[in-house]
Amino acid sequence: MLGLNKADLRLFLIVIAMLVFAPILLNPFPDTSGMAQFNAGYPDLMQKLVIFGIFAIGFNILFGLTGYLSFGHAAFLGIGSYTGVWMMKLLTMNVIPALIASVVVAGAVSLLIGYVSLRRSGIYFSILTLAFAQMFYSLAYSVLTPITGGESGLSLSTDDPRIFGVQATDGGNIPVPTVFGLDMSHAVTLDFGAWSFTISTGYYFAAIIMALAFYLAVRIFRSPFGLMLRAVKSNQNRMNYTGLNPRPYTLAAFVISGMYAGLAGGLMVAMDPLAGAERMLWTASGEVVLMTILGGAGTLIGPILGAGLIKYLESIVSTINDSVVHGWFAPLPDWLENTLVTVLHPFIGKGWHLTLGLVFVLVVCFLPGGIVEGGKKLGNLFRRKRSNGDAPTPGTGSTTAEQPGE
Amino acid sequence: METIILQILNGLDKGSAYALIALGLTLIFGTLGVVNFAHGALFMLGAFCAVTLNKIFNLSFEAIDPTRTDFLGNPMVVNTPYVEAWFGPEMGHSIIDWSVPLSILFAIPIMAFIGVAMERGLIRYFYKRPHADQILVTFGLAIVLQEIVKAFYGANPIPMPAPEAFTGSFDFGRWIGFDAYAIMYPYWRLVYFGFAAVVIGAVFAFLRYTTFGMVVRAGMADRETVGLLGIDIDKRFVAMFAIASIVAGLAGVMYTPILSPNYHMGMDFLVLSFVVVVVGGMGSLEGAVAAGFLLGILQSFASMSQIIEFIPGINQVIIYLVAVVVLLTRPRGLMGRKGVMED
Amino acid sequence: MSTKSFSRRGVLKAGAATGVGLALPTIFTGSARAFTNEPGASSVTLGFNVPQTGAYADEGADELRAYMLAVEHLNGEGDGGMLSTFSSQALDGTGILGRRVEYVTGDTQTSSDAARSSARSMIERDGAIMITGGSSSGVAIAVQGLCQDAGVIFMAGLTHSNDTTGKDRRANGFRHFFNTEMSGHALAPILSNAYGNDRKAYHLTADYTWGWSQENSMRTYTEALGWETINTVRTPVGAGDFSSYLTPVANSGADVLILNHYGGDMVNSLTQAVQFGLRDMMANGKTFEIIVPLFSRLMARGAGSAIEGIYGSTNWHWSLQDEGSQAFTRSFGTKYGFPPSQAAHTCYVQTLLYADAVQRGGSFNPCSVVEALEGYEFDGLGNGPTLYRAEDHQCFKDVLVVRGKENPENDYDLLEVVEITPRETVTYPIDHPDFQGGSLGSCNPGA
Repeated sequence: MLGLNKADLRLFLIVIAMLVFAPILLNPFPDTSGMAQFNAGYPDLMQKLVIFGIFAIGFNILFGLTGYLSFGHAAFLGIGSYTGVWMMKLLTMNVIPALIASVVVAGAVSLLIGYVSLRRSGIYFSILTLAFAQMFYSLAYSVLTPITGGESGLSLSTDDPRIFGVQATDGGNIPVPTVFGLDMSHAVTLDFGAWSFTISTGYYFAAIIMALAFYLAVRIFRSPFGLMLRAVKSNQNRMNYTGLNPRPYTLAAFVISGMYAGLAGGLMVAMDPLAGAERMLWTASGEVVLMTILGGAGTLIGPILGAGLIKYLESIVSTINDSVVHGWFAPLPDWLENTLVTVLHPFIGKGWHLTLGLVFVLVVCFLPGGIVEGGKKLGNLFRRKRSNGDAPTPGTGSTTAEQPGE
Repeated sequence: METIILQILNGLDKGSAYALIALGLTLIFGTLGVVNFAHGALFMLGAFCAVTLNKIFNLSFEAIDPTRTDFLGNPMVVNTPYVEAWFGPEMGHSIIDWSVPLSILFAIPIMAFIGVAMERGLIRYFYKRPHADQILVTFGLAIVLQEIVKAFYGANPIPMPAPEAFTGSFDFGRWIGFDAYAIMYPYWRLVYFGFAAVVIGAVFAFLRYTTFGMVVRAGMADRETVGLLGIDIDKRFVAMFAIASIVAGLAGVMYTPILSPNYHMGMDFLVLSFVVVVVGGMGSLEGAVAAGFLLGILQSFASMSQIIEFIPGINQVIIYLVAVVVLLTRPRGLMGRKGVMED
Repeated sequence: MSTKSFSRRGVLKAGAATGVGLALPTIFTGSARAFTNEPGASSVTLGFNVPQTGAYADEGADELRAYMLAVEHLNGEGDGGMLSTFSSQALDGTGILGRRVEYVTGDTQTSSDAARSSARSMIERDGAIMITGGSSSGVAIAVQGLCQDAGVIFMAGLTHSNDTTGKDRRANGFRHFFNTEMSGHALAPILSNAYGNDRKAYHLTADYTWGWSQENSMRTYTEALGWETINTVRTPVGAGDFSSYLTPVANSGADVLILNHYGGDMVNSLTQAVQFGLRDMMANGKTFEIIVPLFSRLMARGAGSAIEGIYGSTNWHWSLQDEGSQAFTRSFGTKYGFPPSQAAHTCYVQTLLYADAVQRGGSFNPCSVVEALEGYEFDGLGNGPTLYRAEDHQCFKDVLVVRGKENPENDYDLLEVVEITPRETVTYPIDHPDFQGGSLGSCNPGA
């Protein structure tokens, strides 16, 4: 079905189910309970999970398949964002033209940068992409201010031409992004007793795009083109000997991943119409690398999980403070409670980067395949136990365990 | 003319920092074949060695001085550092005043320890892994190190004044025949330049004139053959890691009066020093030093308003532009050897 | 985050019980609410969005202290601070409209992206009814736009660019802090007295909205004095090492350096300017001078002895002798052990003004708050009689001109107030050319 084999189809359906039910799955705790702060089902975070998922899926097409480590992909995301805002300034608040333009422009720029950078490989390629991205960032921050808004970011105003839309609403305010008349920021809250779930237009719009992006990625992975990219990773020399030139293939992968990044950037401004230069900083490029590795580079589902995990940690761990931790350990004796809080203190709240760094070092050291490999190992463990006949509870391992990575 | 001389001085100053950081980076790469993204963090840790020593010197006890009042009208609490109580106010004051130079002695053992711990504890497991993995694990390590520093010292930059003897500027111009005030340069920046020259000279002399250095250089050229000769190359390479760590740390210690240290200064310098290493040629010590000074000077010139008017934004991108051009035209960098990292 | 304590097991049990009890779920849709984040009957949540990392982290930390103090006073704890000196006595220490004040905090990282993102999550996740804070105009403008779209009130913290209440003004946004136009206006006569009318100025300017605004205002007013502008150079924010921007100054023919920098940038550029010997120099037969148009005590502390004798302007200083300032300094000093900064003052005042507007208007509805604040005349909050002008949501009040002290008595006594420029002098007409190109629009209550 849909040109997918059975395993891939199952994976695709799981992703769709996750996307559809995310507002409910991510809000498992009642609003009034103390655990409510682990809820992730609010529009801003859900949109981020999806958008960075798309970004990581695209990055994985380059890094996961060909092994080329780009340290400059955030630049394409930024370019996508700026293009998106400009479309909303010039044409219309409908996000569809903005998204299309974002993808096209990011694709064009990545063609240019990819063409130059791919003349080198290994760390030289990484440094080249890093250098280009830093140039974009620095220029966007300074001399390109008329185009990028500089430090304040590029935002909409009531003076924008918007030839196919209104300059300002009846109240004299700036119009909000829409998709064919439906407000992106529109949200409905469903209250089920103590639980409340927010259904937002913006999130479901982004989720549909993500489903399409994921489907496309699966098709690319399974195509002869995908095989060719993998050949680039495993042995470029052998490929050269067989008379195949790997450059066009890697360039195509680079451009595709650049377009994914542009799409993610466009979606970001469709949800919140302001584009700041910081999203192009090299550490932002580093973040998508982290997402991909953490989830499992070269696997289909890995980047989505990695992106989800990092953005979740960023939003949730960073808001846990000492008083919350005191709450957790309240039943323990005082001295133990205080010791535990002191030990945990550097890892939560503002220190969430420390948690991230440690998790990352551990994953690279012990689990080079990321979450997906971890899931597989766990799954194997259960299977082996079951075959030995001493495992009464079968396969409760994570869903990732069942995914054939490649 | 004055402006040009001044910008060359500025460039030498920036270049000193770049060269010192890049030297260690390229040394580790040349000897161990490791791409170390945590090297910037070593520079930052060095700077915080100075901060720590200053804090130790400033440990004080409190006493209430009833003759003076604070801003709320209460009796004033006066803090007296222990060093002043022990060594007398004058001696104690000069100890605190000289805490940055004194930190050099403090930083050497600490940085050596951190370097060895880093190599033995983590990086040695990555010698056989692909460069991408090395980049990633050291990147993660860099995040961890800077967050630990942030947890202890906060996110704000911490001002670290130079010793009083070195505050103020040296009227260079009067000395070489220009008008008074035409070429003024802060003493401490001149000290920094001299210090960098000494450290760079020492590293080169060490590698050239000691047996240890000879083995290391041989190992850089052909690791396998040296290994076949029955020399335990690994042990010496650990020492190289310690040396690289000390050099980066000292660069950080002495830089604190120029730039108040903060937890992310390592990341800020990391990208630049990588560019320096690549421009100089991966694994080339001479290249790293030359490229460090070259890029420092280029960056200073690019910041001149006459040049910015001519090419807007050039001050922001010059370093990266040079990197791109060098990588595309001379992929081995200015002084790189053939066959390094070309796979 | 307030102190919610709970035991995990208890929560799970309670959760399961409610789950079972739900035979027929009742569904309410968002449209049932009159405005975004309408608070419940017992508490109301404010969002404090301040820089905790980056070039303005010092300022941010002090702002947060002031916010926590304001929350205490609103809830009737502590000594009440400026509540007793405030000309409006609508607030009585029982929270706002009888609801206890709670708060959540976010880190703007001094970046518009991060600031908007943290403001969004405070609004969507924590139900913040009002966002306040910021120590950079770029960030303030970005967050103000977001609050307008989301339908919550934005009470700007430290933001000094003309644009915040000029071309980027919004109906849901309010600024108590002064702006670069007022700084320039207040500084000009003092500079003329101190340095004469025949000066040549060199500007170093932080390359973003506030820097440009400050540079423009200083140029306008100094050129009106008869000063000549030799050069204006833009420096990247957070440059750290300003040496290559400072070295050309000595030979440029200028005899005054105007540093349009703030926060960490200003500390670095000023100390480096002094290191480079600019203040020991003679140029055009006069002593070379440095001016810092926007001064803050926190920066003065970072720059150490470099600030001696340097002129600048400030929104407020703790040594002011009026009743409100004294009450605030006492309250803040007792709690934290050192006097508050101008950033702390403006944030504290903004919180009080918001609470008071809600109380007087009788509703948390943003449109009611806007109505209560527009054209509001008040006193007793440290700056003398003050007006929130209806046309642009800018406060008009006295401006302080300060100078770095030569021999400070203690760590906090670093600035001396040399002139209090009265409100009438610094008030500018609404059609001032530097404030054109924007409109407030209309208040947005959201949902």
